[in-house]
Amino acid sequence: MDSDLWYSFARSRITVVAAAVAGTMVLAAFLAPLIAPYDPFDLASLDLLDAHIPPVWAEDGETRFLIGTDDQGRDLLSAILYGARISIGVGIASVILSLVLGVGLGLVSGYAGGRIDAFIMRVADIQLSFPAILIALLVNGVLRGILPSERQDELAIYVLVLSIGISGWVQYARTVRGSTLVEKNKEYVQAARLIGITSVSIMLRHILPNAMGPVLVIATIHLAVAIITEATLSFLGIGVPPTEPSLGTLIRIGNDFLFSGEWWVTIFPGVTLAVLVLSVNLLGDWLRDALNPKLR
Amino acid sequence: MPSTPSSADFVAAEAVARHFDVSKPWLARAIERSPRVFLKAVDGVSFAVAKGETLSLVGESGCGKSTVARLVVGLYRPTSGRVLFDGMEMAALPPAERARYRRRMQMIFQDPYASLNPRWRVRDIVAEPLRAFGLVDGRAELGERVGALLTQVGLSPADGEKYPHEFSGGQRQRISIARALSSNPEFLVCDEPTSALDVSVQAQILNLMRNLQEELGLTYLFISHNLAAVRHISDRVGVMYLGRIVETADSGTLFSTPRHPYTRMLLEAIPDLAMSGREREPTGGEVPNPLDPPAGCHFHPRCPFANARCRAETPALKQHGATETACHAVEEGRI
Amino acid sequence: MIAFTLRRLMQSVVVIVFVALIAFSMFRFVGDPVHQMVGIETTLEQREALRERLGLNDPFHEQFARYIANAAQLDFGISYQHKKPVTDMIGARFPATFELAMVSALLALAVGVPMGVFTGLYRDSWLSKVFMAVSLAGISLPTFLIGILLIFVFSVTLGVMPSFGRGETVDLGGWTTGLLTASGLQALVMPAVTLGLFQMTLIMRLVRSEMLEVLRTDYIKFARARGLSNRSIHFGHALKNTLVPVITITGLQLGGIIAFAIITETVFQWPGMGLLFLQSIQTVDIPIMAAYLMLIAFLFVAINLAVDLLYYVVDPRLRLDRGAAW
Repeated sequence: MDSDLWYSFARSRITVVAAAVAGTMVLAAFLAPLIAPYDPFDLASLDLLDAHIPPVWAEDGETRFLIGTDDQGRDLLSAILYGARISIGVGIASVILSLVLGVGLGLVSGYAGGRIDAFIMRVADIQLSFPAILIALLVNGVLRGILPSERQDELAIYVLVLSIGISGWVQYARTVRGSTLVEKNKEYVQAARLIGITSVSIMLRHILPNAMGPVLVIATIHLAVAIITEATLSFLGIGVPPTEPSLGTLIRIGNDFLFSGEWWVTIFPGVTLAVLVLSVNLLGDWLRDALNPKLR
Repeated sequence: MPSTPSSADFVAAEAVARHFDVSKPWLARAIERSPRVFLKAVDGVSFAVAKGETLSLVGESGCGKSTVARLVVGLYRPTSGRVLFDGMEMAALPPAERARYRRRMQMIFQDPYASLNPRWRVRDIVAEPLRAFGLVDGRAELGERVGALLTQVGLSPADGEKYPHEFSGGQRQRISIARALSSNPEFLVCDEPTSALDVSVQAQILNLMRNLQEELGLTYLFISHNLAAVRHISDRVGVMYLGRIVETADSGTLFSTPRHPYTRMLLEAIPDLAMSGREREPTGGEVPNPLDPPAGCHFHPRCPFANARCRAETPALKQHGATETACHAVEEGRI
Repeated sequence: MIAFTLRRLMQSVVVIVFVALIAFSMFRFVGDPVHQMVGIETTLEQREALRERLGLNDPFHEQFARYIANAAQLDFGISYQHKKPVTDMIGARFPATFELAMVSALLALAVGVPMGVFTGLYRDSWLSKVFMAVSLAGISLPTFLIGILLIFVFSVTLGVMPSFGRGETVDLGGWTTGLLTASGLQALVMPAVTLGLFQMTLIMRLVRSEMLEVLRTDYIKFARARGLSNRSIHFGHALKNTLVPVITITGLQLGGIIAFAIITETVFQWPGMGLLFLQSIQTVDIPIMAAYLMLIAFLFVAINLAVDLLYYVVDPRLRLDRGAAW
């Protein structure tokens, strides 16, 4: 089956391109401290005299700053590399949180059945009737109401991961519950129960491996959604603080200067975000079709 | 062979019943004013198996025989009645002690494709009971034991590295048997172990099971609708119809002189290879809806000998000659 | 049918009560309501008196019952930030959001359906491929980025469109509408396009796959065999059969559009409920957040209930599988 997967991957040219683009971007983002020309977090190195410099090919461009600087004199290329690191990091962390939450609840729901199942699925239905972004906004608002205001900047990333993570568990839970309902009636589960294997062990060691296929597809597609959600929250001003900008924060900063003609501060992070999300989406689409043509 | 189970029997079921609640959701019930509905899958079944013998339960699909298998090994809890294993009621034991008894009984399932976890290697599947009961120390001993088990069922130790999908149905059933034997059980419940297999493979598996029984002194409860397989392997046979046992006898007696009209009907349905030219009556009627079984003797709508008593009174299992039969007609000497 | 309706109704009530519980818990336990309502100079005794007067010392279930009773009368308390009744604030903002959402939905239908029909009928033409590529971009591009790009192109570079606000509005007895003035209509264009783009791609893909599905069926082959014109086959038979799910999905998406308006309204500084909600999150103005949550929940439940019942009436075999709302 692995060689089938590889074959289907190699045959789809657009998927190969998407994988190459996504891979390069993720690698560049995580190697940001090594490859970025400047450290945008080092406030001491920032010089306001360097602010608002356009890209190198524009009239006032400087070769020091390939694609220009923002309002605080940050090198935009470095800021984008570090920003992508935060965006992808928050995205992956949120997906992992959603996955663990959703898979766990789905397993329990499907295996236990009865009232526990009814309760979890009812909550899932209710949450599913709201757009994830709204859930994320609400969780975000509530968390910020609970946390002391002086520590909010420093905890912002955790608040983000928590709000995006909580907003995305339902899809995992439903899928895993479905697989669990099928698997738990199979005889190998009865054979395990027969020799006194505990329910937790049956769920984790027997059922989970058989339910993970669709979960990986959901996780890939969800990663694109999580990155968009992070960017949106940051753009709306309730994500990561401007001192540690993600792609969304950079776009928000740039949006304020769009009218003064400084388009580059918005457009470059925007294009980066769009290309990143598009390539992850393409990968997810391909994985879904390759693993199970009838999944949707 | 006594009909009422005594503590001397190795495995015994005492008036075991299992009902499933198949009612609609309460709201629909409240609106349609429909009552709760119970499926009486097993409705008061008693039998006993002596050490070293094979008892078979036969019957059409839906008669409750697979439920009996699951009740005996403890996968289901009986709604009433009790199951005794070596004189102890397992369901009444504290969990810690139950594990000791669990080790001594194992089950082989019907579907060789669903009874092995497709994501596990064969060696892990076979080793799971060994690990669960803590029967071996260290990896080396575990590997050795798994290899020996695989050899014992006619596979090679190298097969342990493979996944279930690399094997045929018959080979998979051998893996199931190896796994079942791994905890050195004394009692095996076999739920239609051959019915999903090709006819040529069925005989191999049955022979393997017989050889293992002789070698290891195993006791079998064999569940099947396949009368040929049952005849091949059983010492005694119980015939089930709609959740009740209607006849039990020695294998030889049952096949040579069946008493209960239902047993006769089942045997009539076997193709007569000897072309003895005996008259064959067509199997009459359909199995009734198990949710709403007929009153009295469940078999009366299909029975050519039914009378008013059969329609009203449930017959009890009684000794008639060499067999035990639950039939008014046999009791009254009408057949 | 009765059981189905009753169950659906009960589920709806459960949802509303559940959401109300969350809204109330937010209101009651996130921060101290009293602390939010009074100034620094208020003494402890005065605070305690206010606490008693607001009933914050009563048992939880009494407070919750009171909250629900008040909510049923559209009383959601006073905004911490603005010191005004939340209901009035939301009421004043509702027309802006409603008009934006409706125009977006209509736009999405008006453009998405023809594009879907075209890509379904001529799936191999280059234009179809362009449409499909655009739709993938529509799904991949975050809403706010589309809005910014539109502003950049049409407001900043070309200078032909206003970049923020509603333009001039007319007050029709408490309902302010931007649909009656030229500047109002002009201001509506870019926000509506931004908000409708995602729904449009959704509708287009849905119509396309439904068309492909229907065109494969036997009765379409039969219609061809009868010698009906392509036109009447495509529009009289095929399209008609795709419209039921399309309209259903659009209806279900209406709630989503209203929620997604939060982002569009922020980009275009559109004075609607979404902008109010976002500001309330930034300032942790819990009464507004809670009220908005309740309002959206009510909208969702009402739309879902209506659609489910309609579906049940139209075809009892169909059990609508509501997809992910990511």
